[in-house]
Amino acid sequence: MSIAISARNLKKVYPGQPPVTALANASIDIPDNEFFTLLGPSGCGKTTLLRLIAGFEHPTSGSLDMFGQNLLDAPPHKRPVNTVFQSYALFPHLTVAQNIGFGLEMLGKPKSEIRATVDEMMALVKMTEMADRQTSQISGGQQQRVALARALAPRPRVLLLDEPLSALDFKLRKDMQLELKRLQTETGITFIFVTHDQEEALTMSDRIAVMNAGEIRQIGGPRDIYDHPAERFVADFIGDTNFLPAAILSTEGQSAKVRLASGQTVSARLPARDAPAGKVTLAIRPEHATFTSEADGLVTGTLAQVVYFGTDTHFHITLDDGTAFVLRRQNSSDTGPGHSQGDRVGIQFAPDVAQVLKD
Amino acid sequence: MADLSDTAARRASRVRWMLLAPALTILLLAASGPLLITLVYSFLTPGAYGGVEWQLSFDAWFNVIMQRDIFDETLGWSDAHLSIFWRSVKLSLLTTVACVFFGFPTAYFIATRPKKQRDLWMLLIIIPFWTNLLIRTFAVVELIRNEGTVNSVLIALGIIDEPIQMLFTEFSIVLGMVYVYLPLMVLPLYASMERLDFSLIEAGYDLYATRLQVLRRIILPLVKPGLIAGSILVFVPSLGAYVTPRVMGGGNQLMIGNLIELQFGQGRNWPLGAALSITLLAVVMIALLAYVRAAGNEEVRHG
Repeated sequence: MSIAISARNLKKVYPGQPPVTALANASIDIPDNEFFTLLGPSGCGKTTLLRLIAGFEHPTSGSLDMFGQNLLDAPPHKRPVNTVFQSYALFPHLTVAQNIGFGLEMLGKPKSEIRATVDEMMALVKMTEMADRQTSQISGGQQQRVALARALAPRPRVLLLDEPLSALDFKLRKDMQLELKRLQTETGITFIFVTHDQEEALTMSDRIAVMNAGEIRQIGGPRDIYDHPAERFVADFIGDTNFLPAAILSTEGQSAKVRLASGQTVSARLPARDAPAGKVTLAIRPEHATFTSEADGLVTGTLAQVVYFGTDTHFHITLDDGTAFVLRRQNSSDTGPGHSQGDRVGIQFAPDVAQVLKD
Repeated sequence: MADLSDTAARRASRVRWMLLAPALTILLLAASGPLLITLVYSFLTPGAYGGVEWQLSFDAWFNVIMQRDIFDETLGWSDAHLSIFWRSVKLSLLTTVACVFFGFPTAYFIATRPKKQRDLWMLLIIIPFWTNLLIRTFAVVELIRNEGTVNSVLIALGIIDEPIQMLFTEFSIVLGMVYVYLPLMVLPLYASMERLDFSLIEAGYDLYATRLQVLRRIILPLVKPGLIAGSILVFVPSLGAYVTPRVMGGGNQLMIGNLIELQFGQGRNWPLGAALSITLLAVVMIALLAYVRAAGNEEVRHG
């Protein structure tokens, strides 16, 4: 598989007092035909990286290649890359069809080809009936689809999407997530998707790069990142996580025997690189923990609050050392013995579901 | 019930009219009144020492574009008047075009500055307005007259031997009017550019448009309202300009404004001056209607 985008030590510093480092030494390889997501809180540098690829910004240092060719010398209008903007940036003086055809027109394609491609694109995003509407006369979701069609029409090698779903309401966003994934598979174009929504990232991406404070913290598949976060930030940012203090007793391969604050021992997974020793933190997902009797519990505590969510129930537990712990259980017809506020409970989790994080 | 609400509505309407009365009175007296007098005067006979004699005559209107030969009474076009009309329209158009040429980049420059700096730049554009028009015009004269700054510098540098005759030419009139009216172009252009969403420009580049194409296909259509407003604000006062052509044109490059002044002054032909004024008004109105209609049609097509 060929590499669509390859960044090496890409760095962007905005001058000022003091200078702001938006992106620090980002190195990344994005294979062709991948749905790749840049995930992180606002100001983490994900949009900066996207704008560097689009050509709207120039890096302070580092290299950026596209299919093996240096991209940095090309101005934005010469890069085979198109962007779906967060604000959509549809041209208000053009109709839906004119918007979609704009890129092809600028490339100097013949009129017949433009018309054919525009029709095809409008069918792809189901906007055929809206061809002659003004962009102000269509809804937010439709504008979003027009922006997508406009960016796809010139058949870019790489499509950049800058939080395109953030302005849509919940249900529409769900639909568009599936739609985007379908479009990516159908067109075979590499998608680079920027979002701060971890759920969006998990459901759509082939791979995710989690970013924080201008740095890429972890790259991996959704399951990999969720189940085996490399560090506390990633574990905390993606999904809900319980953190327990622990000490490593012994290690064997990817597994470590750790002692919890309660004195119980359990085996946990070590990070792939830089295995820590001594005092560490264990990360346990709320749905990976189960109730047991107080005597059998790896940790014990008092049930502080029970929150019913329909599909599942969240149990907020105050552990004996004062740490808060959340346990999530899916609701079914036989949920087992009920627990109520104030109960003494034991919590257990299977060997190796807990992830060791450097303290 | 119906009666009651009827009375209430009538009273409300009466109150509205009374509140409007001061403004309406001033409008009537200050705008329509003088215009009406001008219109009436244009159909009267000139008095021997200025003023008018109350005798109906169409001579003034006839003389706007025609003239009778003083010897053989044959009819002919009034070449002098027509050439002044032509010069007025030509110089006003040139002024408008030059104002767009210089005003557009200026407005774009200001609109792309950081928000905090923009007010300062706008202030610099507006400051000349605080000075008297005549003084500003004489300042330009000082720059371009034969012994003025530009010629002195050029001669001192050895680039020219003889001063270039810039003052008292059509060039100097346009220069003066551009200098005076440029802010009127920059202000509305800036207003529409400030509202411009710059992500649209990025979107243009992203979709393979070159700089020129971005300007032509995205920026121009979007700032057109400002461009139209600015063009009207520059063209209309240019057409009726009096001070600038008088000072910069040196009395032999007349524009309509000077011609009208001449009739009320040395010419002692008030009816002709009045007729010329009404003609100027008509020309401006026709030009505006044509311009707005042409621009409006575009608008409908593009949205």
